[in-house]
Amino acid sequence: MRYGRTTAVDGLDLDVATGTITAVLGPNGAGKTTTLETCEGYRKPQQGTVRVLGLDPLRQRRDLLPRIGVMLQGGGAWSGVRALEMLRHVASLHAHPLPVDLLADRLGLHECGRTPYRRLSGGQQQRLGLAMALVGRPELVFTDEPTAGMDPAVRRSVWTLLEELRADGVTVVLTTHYLEEAERLADQVHIVDRGRLVASGSPLQLTRGGRVATIRLVVTRPFPPGAPESLRAALGEGVEVRQLDEVSLVVTGPADASTLGRVSRWCEDNDVLPESLTLGQRSLEDVFLELTGREMRA
Amino acid sequence: MSQAPVGTATGTWTPRPGAAPLVRQVLAQARMESRLLLRNGEQVLLAVVIPVVVLLGGVVGADRVGLDFSRPTVDVLTPGVLALAVMSTSFTSLAIATGFERRYGVLKRLGASPLPRSGLLAGKVLALLAVETLQVVVIGAVALPLGWSPATSATAVGGLVLALVLGTAAFAGLGLLMAGALRAEATLAAANLVYLLLLVGGAVVLPLSAYGGAGGLVQWLPSAALGDAVRAALLDARVAVVDVVVLSVWAVVAAVLTARTFKWE
Repeated sequence: MRYGRTTAVDGLDLDVATGTITAVLGPNGAGKTTTLETCEGYRKPQQGTVRVLGLDPLRQRRDLLPRIGVMLQGGGAWSGVRALEMLRHVASLHAHPLPVDLLADRLGLHECGRTPYRRLSGGQQQRLGLAMALVGRPELVFTDEPTAGMDPAVRRSVWTLLEELRADGVTVVLTTHYLEEAERLADQVHIVDRGRLVASGSPLQLTRGGRVATIRLVVTRPFPPGAPESLRAALGEGVEVRQLDEVSLVVTGPADASTLGRVSRWCEDNDVLPESLTLGQRSLEDVFLELTGREMRA
Repeated sequence: MSQAPVGTATGTWTPRPGAAPLVRQVLAQARMESRLLLRNGEQVLLAVVIPVVVLLGGVVGADRVGLDFSRPTVDVLTPGVLALAVMSTSFTSLAIATGFERRYGVLKRLGASPLPRSGLLAGKVLALLAVETLQVVVIGAVALPLGWSPATSATAVGGLVLALVLGTAAFAGLGLLMAGALRAEATLAAANLVYLLLLVGGAVVLPLSAYGGAGGLVQWLPSAALGDAVRAALLDARVAVVDVVVLSVWAVVAAVLTARTFKWE
């Protein structure tokens, strides 16, 4: 079943299946929030169509809204409202809300239940925002950067919560710039960059590079001129060398010891002192790097 | 936080979406907004303390500043203070609250909830009426021991309710117009400034006769129309038709302009 089909931002085309977790991954400014807000009916696409649960988010907004849960990237509550008072209020707008106490337990909101919103920490505001998205028992949850600003322990417990949602048949669409989050949670990852969809697939599909591995070389002084070409010549066929900046480059090619050996020999011959030389299976980070030529940093 | 096994289906989160009945949503919104309207000190000051101080000060000090009404001072001033209270809540408090709701993304968040915009507006109106009722009770409780004897005929009560409702509509429209166009801080400053200007020069507390020749212009202000209409009801048991028309025009114009210009984010 198709949940959503959006052509937003700059020709972005993606589908979401029921009962899955979909991650829209990309750096800040990639168009993640715009994509989400188009699905939530906040923005009107200049071109293309968006269908969420089979509905037009703008023209059928009233039918759609009770069925979805929305977690904004920030704000969304009165500055003077107490945390659980706000959650109870949102609950009262729904027909069959979850018990507020249950959500407060799971998201650690009892500790700040009577604290005015403006005095909550960033992480507490995030947890309240997530609770507000879930309290109406939605079929589909949109969360924008759900774990931004949370400490690692809380982040993991939120991941567990999102996995439970999926197990109970809730569809989750999240944006993130944490690769680990996408890798651990998502059934489908859509990598966006500068408003374009650059790759889609499961984390495994995206990172499976066959026998291809990545060697990352960071040096202490800037590379001499022509370094990438000279290294490529030294390594021979089937190897790609890409210079990232003046002190780092990435070699993509056969995952064997001889490639690594040749890289270090090239360093010796060219009087280049490595600061680090690492060999790794491709991570989503490498995938992102290969696709966009840029580091995936927030 | 408890840790459940990864991906275990518990049934806790099984979807069961739906909007609460609209009436329940609107009442919830009204309860929430009226609580918030009275939550902090400045708002209580604006809603209750300033009107009561104006009333007490006016009654005690009227002779000294040479104000001489043909009627008992408390009978003339109390209707004006009621009008002032309505103006402070439906204009200043509403504008400031709504300005910050825009700023903090409250309107955006509620825009993704089952509560429709019409329900949000209805909730705001009910919250205003609830706070205004409280203001009328408090001001009445202060004025009666001072000797206030308002007209109580059916016409008087009808005229009062009509004036308060139309005054609320006109000022709430103007407050939302301001809040929907300006930044929150600008709304805060402008809403207070306009309130002060109308308090002093808007013929809300003092009748038009106190403004001499300027009264001819001032009478078209919503503040003067509201003050005058409440005075007509409680002093003379009369419905002030011209003032009712003036308030209605302000209400319609403000509503149309607000609908066209209001920015939700």
